[in-house]
Amino acid sequence: MNETILSVKDLVKYFPVRGGVFTKAQWVKAVDGVNFELEKGRVLGLVGESGCGKTTLVNVLLKLEEPTSGKVFFEGTDLFNTHGQQLRRLRKNIQIVFQDPFWSLNPRWLIRNIIGEPIQVHLKPPLSQLVKMVEDLLELVGLPREAVYQYPHEFSGGQRQRIAIARALALRPKLVVLDEPTSSIDALSQAQILSLLMDLKNKMDLTYILVSHDLRVVHYMADEIAVMYLGKFVEYGDAEAIFQKPAHPYTQALFKSAPSIGAESVNDLFILPGNVPSAINPPSGCRFHTRCPQVMEICSQKEPPLVKIDRDRLAACHLLN
Amino acid sequence: MTELLKIENLKVNFRTFEGVTNVLNLESLSVAKGESFGLVGESGAGKTTLAYTILKLLPIPPAFVESGVINFEGENLLKKSEGEMQKIRGKKVSMIFQDPMSTLNPVFTTGQQITRVLQHNQGLHKAQAKKKAVELMNLVKLPDPENILSKYPHELSGGQRQRIIIALAFSCGAQFLIADEPTRNLDVTIQAGVLQLIAELIRETNVTVLFIGNNLELVSLICDRVGILHRGQLVELGSIKEVAKHPAHPYTLTLLRAIPKEKREKIDLTQIALKAEEKLAEKGCRYAGRCLKKEKICLEEEPALKHIGGTHYIACHL
Repeated sequence: MNETILSVKDLVKYFPVRGGVFTKAQWVKAVDGVNFELEKGRVLGLVGESGCGKTTLVNVLLKLEEPTSGKVFFEGTDLFNTHGQQLRRLRKNIQIVFQDPFWSLNPRWLIRNIIGEPIQVHLKPPLSQLVKMVEDLLELVGLPREAVYQYPHEFSGGQRQRIAIARALALRPKLVVLDEPTSSIDALSQAQILSLLMDLKNKMDLTYILVSHDLRVVHYMADEIAVMYLGKFVEYGDAEAIFQKPAHPYTQALFKSAPSIGAESVNDLFILPGNVPSAINPPSGCRFHTRCPQVMEICSQKEPPLVKIDRDRLAACHLLN
Repeated sequence: MTELLKIENLKVNFRTFEGVTNVLNLESLSVAKGESFGLVGESGAGKTTLAYTILKLLPIPPAFVESGVINFEGENLLKKSEGEMQKIRGKKVSMIFQDPMSTLNPVFTTGQQITRVLQHNQGLHKAQAKKKAVELMNLVKLPDPENILSKYPHELSGGQRQRIIIALAFSCGAQFLIADEPTRNLDVTIQAGVLQLIAELIRETNVTVLFIGNNLELVSLICDRVGILHRGQLVELGSIKEVAKHPAHPYTLTLLRAIPKEKREKIDLTQIALKAEEKLAEKGCRYAGRCLKKEKICLEEEPALKHIGGTHYIACHL
């Protein structure tokens, strides 16, 4: 057993929606009671439709949002009870690679400044040393050293994502959050970025949290998977076990709706009826019951707890109890 | 089968500060009436440029058409004036654009946008257009049409917006539909529904389709025939069965291998870790710089599309 790098306890994040004069203020329940622990060196894949709270959860883990309640411990330190110098040191260890490298790199900055900014803030080296550090980072992600004095627009989508990765790794973090790292680049660059990420993980002893709605990417990268629906985990456990035999009806629906080369026609794709319900008033009982193909009477009345269903995983469904 | 669209010797170039770059070089490509033709390639391969060239929406300059013929129903679209093109766009050839977020105008309600197209293209009165708009909403299976038509694009989800764009594309009875990655940016669960809708509409209206996608799996669900585009040239062409089951060109193999299917230990992605060169080589195969099996001839001579059985063609010396 490895040491735990991140542990999340009963994490809740609600966003207020202002009511009118006569109506009460309401809350968007973006993350509603999430628990998990992540061991060092593992890759956690976070899967779910848009609007399920993946990004909010990640933002809280990065301390970009304060949680409504609940705790996050990074290597034993409470993330939301840390201030000043101690927090600065902590922040170095958790970094993020954003979804869209066309938005996440400042178009007016040289690559030296983009990658060098975190180094300057935390380590304050002299300029010549900074440039060398940036060059080393560029080489690490497979870009030419000469790129230091270029601007983001001179690079393709895949190369920009490499720059974003270099920036995230600049401070030698321990935990890196990858928020849909390949969703805005094409298949070939995606393959290259994925293999680069796995290389770097081994080289630098990293732990990843991978947010993605592309199940194939998650399958390729992740050791464990958490499937999210309306702010809650519905299935969580060993990646291989979940891919072999998804237990929760929602996980099954997600897997069956993705096209694969085996499918002969569109009619083979499984279609989940309806849209994700509003997170302001989530359905009673099991939140998935409005769309679940195997809904039972109990589902709309009682909320199923997230319990252990076999050796490798947890799931929240009445069918499985 | 009669050919609806026939492209010959089409060369489209872009003028840049560094000189002229060729982005599209198609010797010949034809799409038969009623057929669904898929076009697959990575970004920058020229897929969208082809779509825009057919509709004459290319920004000229920097782009310009060096030579070629695009025959649609026997008439060369490249020779048409802007006025004539306006009568063709939407009515004969329509297009589903890539990004449902930016295709709709954010300051008009979806109803205003749809009725305006109907009034303009079909000469309907306002009341008739409204009625037709409701019918269109039913066609694309959007519940509660009146309500949706009164909303602004930002009030709708990505899937709903994409359905409205599909409704617009089918609104004026076009015979030829260009779908440019219609399900990009959608969740898998939403994507499945939109794909089924497109497939159903294609079947019902018997429209001819040029379906652009960046992955072969998705295209294989909709199309009968597929072409693989690499840096503006077709490298492989054939029926879905032939290309997906027996890919022959090294580039197609790479594209298929690039899709992560299994756990990381089981696939070797280093095989494909080759990136396109910045500049096009003067001569030889355009893929040679990245090809793992290249030989001397590849650097010297440009391969032509050759027949390898059935309806299967590849452009490769090997």
